[in-house]
Amino acid sequence: MKATLNRIAAVTAIEIRLSVRNRWVALSTLILVLFALALAFLGSGPAGASKVGALTLTAASLATLSVYLIPLIALLLSYETIAGEVERSTLPLVLATPVRRFEVLTGKFVGHLSVLTLAIVVGYSIAALAVVAVHGADLHGALAWARLIATGVLLGAVFVAIGILVSASTARVGTAAALLVGIWLVLIVLYDLALLAGLIVDDGGFFTKSLFPALVIANPGDAFRLYNLAALEGSAPVAGIDGLARSLPFPPSLALAALAAWLAAMIAAGLWRFQKVRP
Amino acid sequence: MSDPSLLDVTGLSVAFGSLKALHRVSLAVRPGERFALLGHNGAGKSTLFRTVLGFVSPASGKVEVAGAAPGSDKARRTVSYLPESVAFPKALTGAELLAYFARLKGQTPKSAMPLLETVGIADAANRRVGTYSKGMRQRLGLAQALIGRPELLLLDEPTSGLDPISRGDFYAILDRLAGEGTAVVLSSHSLTEVEARTDRIAILSRGRLVAEGSLAELARAAALPVTVRVKAAAEDAGALHARIGGRRLNGRSVELDCAAGDKMAVLSRIAALGDVVADIDIDTPRLDDVYRHFSGHSAGGEA
Repeated sequence: MKATLNRIAAVTAIEIRLSVRNRWVALSTLILVLFALALAFLGSGPAGASKVGALTLTAASLATLSVYLIPLIALLLSYETIAGEVERSTLPLVLATPVRRFEVLTGKFVGHLSVLTLAIVVGYSIAALAVVAVHGADLHGALAWARLIATGVLLGAVFVAIGILVSASTARVGTAAALLVGIWLVLIVLYDLALLAGLIVDDGGFFTKSLFPALVIANPGDAFRLYNLAALEGSAPVAGIDGLARSLPFPPSLALAALAAWLAAMIAAGLWRFQKVRP
Repeated sequence: MSDPSLLDVTGLSVAFGSLKALHRVSLAVRPGERFALLGHNGAGKSTLFRTVLGFVSPASGKVEVAGAAPGSDKARRTVSYLPESVAFPKALTGAELLAYFARLKGQTPKSAMPLLETVGIADAANRRVGTYSKGMRQRLGLAQALIGRPELLLLDEPTSGLDPISRGDFYAILDRLAGEGTAVVLSSHSLTEVEARTDRIAILSRGRLVAEGSLAELARAAALPVTVRVKAAAEDAGALHARIGGRRLNGRSVELDCAAGDKMAVLSRIAALGDVVADIDIDTPRLDDVYRHFSGHSAGGEA
């Protein structure tokens, strides 16, 4: 047990060190800070004197933006992790040592997620503090940010696991990168467009009432956004698919359960794929 | 110790789909032995290594590492591996990488650091691997393989692409390890360099073990002739040729082939000629010739 933990810690440490060296830590933190600040001060955010706090409003718009950014950064951090080692021939070297495959995968997952967590926590905290400094704080808003950061890490974990699965499924970094772009595009962009199209065509019929909420919650990005917006309890303006946040036929916590299910499934699939990789 | 060999391969066959990568290969390597695995690309050297490491399962036959199954904890602790052309992450330093592998092998990073001295890159320990030369990267790879004093070293073409001096250093380290009881199995294309540096040689050709033994044994089995070149004292190759036969090379020299077993008889005949002979050169078959002889036999169909 102790040996297992030591080996996992060794893999985690080297992945974090690599991310620091390759400036992934600085870059992902910077991206999140910049986008969060831009939303807070340049966007449609807290311009007017509404009864909703500025902190809450930026949390709402940041929830929408996070769906694009966090998965992208998570995939960028992780897609190379196994395919890269296969290409550089370091994987056989690693697997010839007493380390077990699940230990390698766990270590890599924890390492990438640590980097992402750091970026989310630091990036969003800086933005939140800036908003507080300018517009003042309120408890409701602070809770919204805390939720945003916590669920953002969960969303990131899902996509780190997806990235590792992709990386374990192909022996080429280039292929993994192409798959990564495809997956991001389908899950984050096209999925929502398809759902919107379905809503328009269906015009309030069976699809809209029964299938649509389930389909929304089945997508990790949508589940994340829905949970955060629903938790704001109608205090922030929402549009498009997110209108569902107002008329959810199930408790918002189910969205969290969906994210957790994604995470478990992706980790299991990654472990399964990695066992089959022939170094 | 009931079983003296560290690596025991018996009747090993490995297949990838319809391709027979290895066919009934048997060999054994004892502690302190330097064992060279020769063969051209695709002959099965890397497959053999990967089977010994437990990455590939045999179709039939058996592999034992210190009496344990490949990939088992005991086998993993016994074996260290250096893959062909390994490329460490450029952004990390040599010391960081060595510490990483030490931890994977259950050793403290501190205990591994002297190995950088052993392989001669202690000066560059805190520099990024991206700045290393090919030889330095290979030395780092060897340092990594030496962590925890493994009993069996598997080195897949460890010296390919190294300059002669780095190569010499590399072999000097291996000699020392073998002297301390480590079994070293290395693969190579580079036949001549292996010759002086290994105790036993196995030649793989298309997945089959076509020859195995010391260079002398292989040469005897191949029955390649020893070539004796005799230089006449008075630019009179004609007279020399008349007395010992063989081929005339030029005005001064005569060359003759003889079986390895007849070498002494031939030499004493030449020595008996006395003043007529100015000099003698003996060409024993090199590993290149032996290798060509063996791998040529079964690779005949290949273009």
